[in-house]
Amino acid sequence: MKPAFSVIFLTTLIGAAQGLFLALFTHQSYALFGLLPMQSDDFYGYGSALALALLVGGLIASFFHLGRPERAWRSATQWRTSWLSREVIVLPAFMGVVFLFGASHLSGYRPEVVTLPGGQIVDLSTVLGVVGTLLAFALFICTAMIYACLRFLREWHSPLTVINYILMGGASGFVLAAFYAASAAPDQADFFAGWAIIITLLAFAGRWASLVRNARLKPKSTMQTAIGIKHPHIVQRSMGAMGGSFNTREFFHGKSGSFMRTIKPTFLILAFVLPLALLALGMLTPGLLGLAFVLQYVGLLAERWFFFAQANHPQNLYYQTIG
Amino acid sequence: MTQLALVIDLNVCVGCSACVTSCKEWNTSGSAGPLCDENPYGLNPTGTFFNRVQTFEIGQYPHSETLHFPKSCLHCEDPPCVPVCPTGASYKRKEDGIVLVDYDKCIGCKYCTWACPYGAREFDEKAKVMKKCTLCVDRIYDESMSEADRKPSCVKACPTSARLFGDIHDPESEVSQAIREDGGYALMPEWGTQPANHYLPRRKTKIKIHEDELERADNPLKVEGHLPKPGKDESSMDDASAW
Repeated sequence: MKPAFSVIFLTTLIGAAQGLFLALFTHQSYALFGLLPMQSDDFYGYGSALALALLVGGLIASFFHLGRPERAWRSATQWRTSWLSREVIVLPAFMGVVFLFGASHLSGYRPEVVTLPGGQIVDLSTVLGVVGTLLAFALFICTAMIYACLRFLREWHSPLTVINYILMGGASGFVLAAFYAASAAPDQADFFAGWAIIITLLAFAGRWASLVRNARLKPKSTMQTAIGIKHPHIVQRSMGAMGGSFNTREFFHGKSGSFMRTIKPTFLILAFVLPLALLALGMLTPGLLGLAFVLQYVGLLAERWFFFAQANHPQNLYYQTIG
Repeated sequence: MTQLALVIDLNVCVGCSACVTSCKEWNTSGSAGPLCDENPYGLNPTGTFFNRVQTFEIGQYPHSETLHFPKSCLHCEDPPCVPVCPTGASYKRKEDGIVLVDYDKCIGCKYCTWACPYGAREFDEKAKVMKKCTLCVDRIYDESMSEADRKPSCVKACPTSARLFGDIHDPESEVSQAIREDGGYALMPEWGTQPANHYLPRRKTKIKIHEDELERADNPLKVEGHLPKPGKDESSMDDASAW
């Protein structure tokens, strides 16, 4: 497939935003039960604003993918069958809850909703945080299922796709949270960095597993099934177009084999290995956490590029030779 | 239920691309607006087509054959491109099984093309919406045309009658009979999309003629050289002289 930068930025930006929101609310939940010191409203509020900014960036990027962005509202109608439609609904819903969660903290409007038997007061921000957490996971699932539900694209048609979207988005969000905490609440940076290391390790394992899986895939469609001729030697002589077509532009990444071989270790190092090293060092030197986030984000951009480029669409069987 | 479809006979397709040009001509002139072309007279002409003829070489020289392979939307009975559409612009008509795109609802996200294993849909780079074969839905029901013309443009154009059009759910239709009797098959059956369009395979037509069948055993002229010589004042015309 040809990687579209609009979709690459959409998925990586909202992934980081979802992870950041989950990190903030994880901290608030720990604090609710007295496991960590509760931070100021500003900490959670401005953190949510940062997440919201990333979400807005992702949403803007997504519009560049559409031929007719002025009709985008129509894409919320087919939620019964289309994961893309479901994402279109869940993304603004999540943005709204992140906004309300942040607003609840920044305005200090946190009326008590219920008191738990242990005496912990569940206020409005906690309720919004729980709803936001559910929506964050729903959004990860919707985004990943857009790709995982396409059975012809076997590189994507796997539960690993969903798992990896959750883990990679979570990793970049927690790394960003660690960097944010290092400046806004330095004594809490270790908590976020610790989780960031764990999730980045899990994401590394998940992505590695999908690379191993994809390397062993055997194509289901062949030249023989594509045109229905049972002969071992079939060579295309003409594809019915001299100057290429939509089919030759949309489904081929157009990069060399050596580029593909280079980008794979590049994204593994940038997205997983270097951030892990910097996170470990960053526990002592907070400045490195920012660098860890930037490198990991660039790594995830490369990862997403590779994710799209690696998917080999069966229609490519019909488009092999210009002639 | 009706399922309109094309049946394409690879045994007689000669790869002339008349179906391609007639399809383009009809569908670029309709009320849905033109099918865009870019650099039509330039070095790399490209554009949106509903139908293309591809060519494959089967086997290795000298034991090879050239196969011309017209490819358009197969109007699957279980079309994977339809449920993924976020706007409902892609739909399959209940009454005749044609898969269509509502150009006024399409947002041009191209997700349907990812879900089509055949590469049957082409994005119109100027209209910014997805386009695909309509089975000439604006022809086949047009009662202002004579009945013989109410067929897809490609079917009308084919000089070798390699393209048949009809209802594959009607067992007595021309297309159903062709599929049944000439071994019609679907493309990429492994995905379970149940394409409505079928292809008829290459068929080797052989006839064995024995040597004795080449001559009439009772031919009275079989023994040559025994013809009577015409007399001097008789006609020398062969037909007359032979008798």
